Amino acid sequence: MDKVEIIESEERRRYLTKKRNKKIAIRSTQILILIALIAVWEIFADLGIIDAFIMSSPSRILDTFAHLSSNGLLHHLEVTLYETLVGFGLGVIFGIIIATILWWSPFLTAVFEPYLVVLNSLPKIALGPVIIIWMGAGTGAIIFMAIAISLIVTVMELLNGFHATNKNKIKMAQTFSATRSQIFFKIVFPSNLSTLFNSMKVNIGLSLVGVIAGEFLVSKAGLGYLIVYGGQVFKLDLVMASVIILALVAALLYGAVELLENIVIRSINHTSKK
Amino acid sequence: MDEVLKLEHIVKKYQSDNGEVLSVDDVSFNLKQGEFLSIIGPSGCGKSTILSIIAGIEKATHGKVYIDNEEVDGLNSKVAYMLQNDNLLEWRNVYKNIILGLEIQNKCKKENLEYVDRLIKTYGLEEFKMSYPSQLSGGMKQRAALIRTLAIKPELLLLDEAFSALDYQTRLQVTNDVREILKKENKSTIMVTHDIPESISMSDRVIVLSSRPGKIKDIHTLDFDGCDNPLKRRAHPKFTKYFDILWGEMIG
Repeated sequence: MDKVEIIESEERRRYLTKKRNKKIAIRSTQILILIALIAVWEIFADLGIIDAFIMSSPSRILDTFAHLSSNGLLHHLEVTLYETLVGFGLGVIFGIIIATILWWSPFLTAVFEPYLVVLNSLPKIALGPVIIIWMGAGTGAIIFMAIAISLIVTVMELLNGFHATNKNKIKMAQTFSATRSQIFFKIVFPSNLSTLFNSMKVNIGLSLVGVIAGEFLVSKAGLGYLIVYGGQVFKLDLVMASVIILALVAALLYGAVELLENIVIRSINHTSKK
Repeated sequence: MDEVLKLEHIVKKYQSDNGEVLSVDDVSFNLKQGEFLSIIGPSGCGKSTILSIIAGIEKATHGKVYIDNEEVDGLNSKVAYMLQNDNLLEWRNVYKNIILGLEIQNKCKKENLEYVDRLIKTYGLEEFKMSYPSQLSGGMKQRAALIRTLAIKPELLLLDEAFSALDYQTRLQVTNDVREILKKENKSTIMVTHDIPESISMSDRVIVLSSRPGKIKDIHTLDFDGCDNPLKRRAHPKFTKYFDILWGEMIG
């Protein structure tokens, strides 16, 4: 393949500098906005322009973070993480199984399509009270909520991906007399690994939504519980600290899925290099 | 020469909500061992349908197909099919791609793998065995796809517009390579194409189909005084003569 020869000319240096400067400008503006927001918030709270009791303030939130273990934030974080990961994991596993069964049987796909469409557009949170009655007011109901929210999306995305698999590649395998399961495992599933990981990236966030919604409704622990509790007793520092932790957790979980994607894709390439 | 393939009065009708479409109408021909046959005709005349029926991917509405005197009923491993795109799997390296057919047919035996190694060496892919398809040129990909097809040692090879996705230069080179490989391996081949010069440069015989429903208009036996190198044939005085005849029939 042709390689573009890089010549270190004056023009090129200028181009690179311009590109770097633009990047620095964007990043520093992003950081400045954040600092400005925090600063304004703190100053307004200090000057009494806003009520720190209702709006909290950056220094109060920081103080809450400093006492993470004594105010039980860590424990609540642990509970939420556990529920999210279990719900997410089960959602993905069941999602793959259901999508595979539906791909296998065009009859079942046709039969279940309208149900999937309705279930997909239904706000699953509306099922919360029903789920609590079915599963009892506990961790089970919260995990079920997380699964309910993420499962249908996984099934829909994977099934669409499976159906959109390159028809010529399938035909190629057919010409070697491949069975349906060979077509699935050798062509369809590997073709859709990136679809799977994309749906996982969406679902890790959705699972968190399910867990928090579940915790709002029933729990006695978890960040969702903490937010509701903090709101009820006017401990807004706690609410804000929980929200910030939630944002960090969401970002970290997303990063973890991305890392997993890289590892899996690299290991597949590695094994095929034998 | 032995007869590898025989088609008897093949008719194919497609049913849809808008009615019935007659795609192929009473097509019969045969193919001898080691022969290279092209089918040309206007778009939608049922060329590819005929290949699908031979391969057992589709069933004929009427008529019978025999391979080695056995009636074709469903997919069978005597036939290998090469499609328009190389269809290499991008997550497998070249070697793993080439042995895909053997893997599917549970034939990864020592002798077959040795045959694959020989093909890879002979046809210049040894260096690229561990490369991924994205690292190969169009011509190399097509060669890898051909070796994948040959690896299962088919009796009969079907090429469905197999070179039409390649740029012109690569295409000339690849058709030359493929013809040479097929001749060396003594494979019987049917190629479907809309490219008249390609069919003349590669084939022993050319079948011209009419527009839909596809019926055989004529079967031409090409005689280039023993020359079967596609590039040399293109420079042969008879080349334009055959082109004029086939072109006339195609548009007529």
